[in-house]
Amino acid sequence: MSVDVERIKKDFPIFEREVHGKRLVYLDSAASSQKPAVVLDAMDGVYRDHYANVHRGVYTIAEEATQAYEGARAKVAKFVGAPSSSEIVFTRNATESINLVAYSWARANLKAGDPIVLTQLEHHANVVPWHILAAERGVELRWIPLTADYRLDLSHLDELLDGAKLLAFSAMSNVLGTITDVAPLTQAAHAAGAKVLVDACQWVPHEPTDVKEWGADFVAFSAHKMLGPTGIGALWAPAELLDAMPPFMGGGDMIRDVRLDGFTPNDLPWKFEAGTPAFVEGVGFGAAVDYLEAIGMDNVRAHERAVTTYALDALHDRFGDRLTIYGPADIDVRGSAISFAFEGIHAHDVSQVLDEDGICVRAGHHCAKPLMRLLGISATSRASFYLYNDTDDADALVDGLTHVEQFFAL
Amino acid sequence: MPGLEDLYREIILDHYRSPRNKGELAVPPAHKVEGFNPLCGDEVVLYLEVNADGVVEDLKINGQGCSISQASTSMMSAAVKGKPVAEARKLIRAFKALMSIHESKLDGESDGSDLAADLEGVKLGDLEALQGVVKFPVRIKCATLAWNTLSQGLDESEEPVISA
Repeated sequence: MSVDVERIKKDFPIFEREVHGKRLVYLDSAASSQKPAVVLDAMDGVYRDHYANVHRGVYTIAEEATQAYEGARAKVAKFVGAPSSSEIVFTRNATESINLVAYSWARANLKAGDPIVLTQLEHHANVVPWHILAAERGVELRWIPLTADYRLDLSHLDELLDGAKLLAFSAMSNVLGTITDVAPLTQAAHAAGAKVLVDACQWVPHEPTDVKEWGADFVAFSAHKMLGPTGIGALWAPAELLDAMPPFMGGGDMIRDVRLDGFTPNDLPWKFEAGTPAFVEGVGFGAAVDYLEAIGMDNVRAHERAVTTYALDALHDRFGDRLTIYGPADIDVRGSAISFAFEGIHAHDVSQVLDEDGICVRAGHHCAKPLMRLLGISATSRASFYLYNDTDDADALVDGLTHVEQFFAL
Repeated sequence: MPGLEDLYREIILDHYRSPRNKGELAVPPAHKVEGFNPLCGDEVVLYLEVNADGVVEDLKINGQGCSISQASTSMMSAAVKGKPVAEARKLIRAFKALMSIHESKLDGESDGSDLAADLEGVKLGDLEALQGVVKFPVRIKCATLAWNTLSQGLDESEEPVISA
């Protein structure tokens, strides 16, 4: 089955609107995806008909809200191949998931001088929590460099992993699109005695995910990049690891008992969910997963490969060497995010002129400043494709960029 | 609805393509100051030489960024070079007023915080071409980066004559 984009666009209310009198060409899903009506309706339905706080009330609507929320957790668990929904901790987003690991697991297990291995293509979300830990604890940060074709340079992996306690890396770069081969990296890290954290924020929305097949210890992702609402994300980790970790934040819902002299944490996963959770958004997350599963992640991946290949070819055909593309050329090792730059035309100006044509692309450093420094640039434009984009959108981008070139012609 | 021509006036594109006063000055006697826009990575570097009479005797600019940030830097350098510091400060205030940022209001001063008061007695000249930026709120910070950096540079230049 192929993806019928014309039908899919009809599922997303936002595509009914225009921008500057043009149809909306949304190419910024790597920043955040649009939402299908089924996700909006699922959340609206909770607020209208089943709203009460979860895990507390014994009355009917509280029970309904709890069931809807926990049902969503089971859907998300199944979607990523987690053996049990008790291993899916709902967080605010992937950033919070990574911070949870940094504050709970890392602070309980790492001491001064312990090496943490990261890569040079990480999003700030997988850099800054470790900088904070390094400043506080004196852990050592090591960096896997990149090759000339924008992939991880693993030629010195053994040395980097020597003595390491944690390897944390992105499964798919939000800037370059580069796909990281998770399973072999994980095996190498485990052989060296290091735990593995995968920032799967860009991966899970676009690819079939099986956390058990990866074999990693922590997997972080966000709902809002995969058709779900903002304000909710997830951390997967095996139950025995989560059990051994101290709580992250304290408060209601995360406790089994509280006394004047201390507390006993709740069972998994609620041990890590202090306070009233974003349960309405959780239900939206579940509806997003249902929507993606109905289409099939294999189909989503195949569709994106086709559209991304088409877009890369069209950009090259139209602009040749005038347009630099930062990312692997090989479609087998890249996702649908295409970073690019014209010589002499800044990304902001590109984005501004494209907006006139109703085209949304991201401009800037994409929260990956170490990577931008490495590339020797301050900003790129980034077009990212999802299941609701087609070759017409790619054509619109190419035509829009011609307008950009004409506008800023020297 | 504002169009692109409101934002990208020809004079702005001219300053972007051919920035005035581009270069560096020896530090010291010049003072070097850098400004960054952390959200988008725009960067402005200024070399300021304020003489004993409190005049911005020389000024060079460097940096990288979008057309608005770099054109604004170039236009600022042309407007400020050779002017007394006090006049440069007036110009900063007037330019920010043009961007709908009224310093006097932020500072909690009394009356006279409207655009007319901030602009009084100040000739913006070419700088008025940047007024269209106001219609594109996310770009205002691009236009003001050079001016905030200048303000910081004037504060840091330890010249005894800095008094308005």
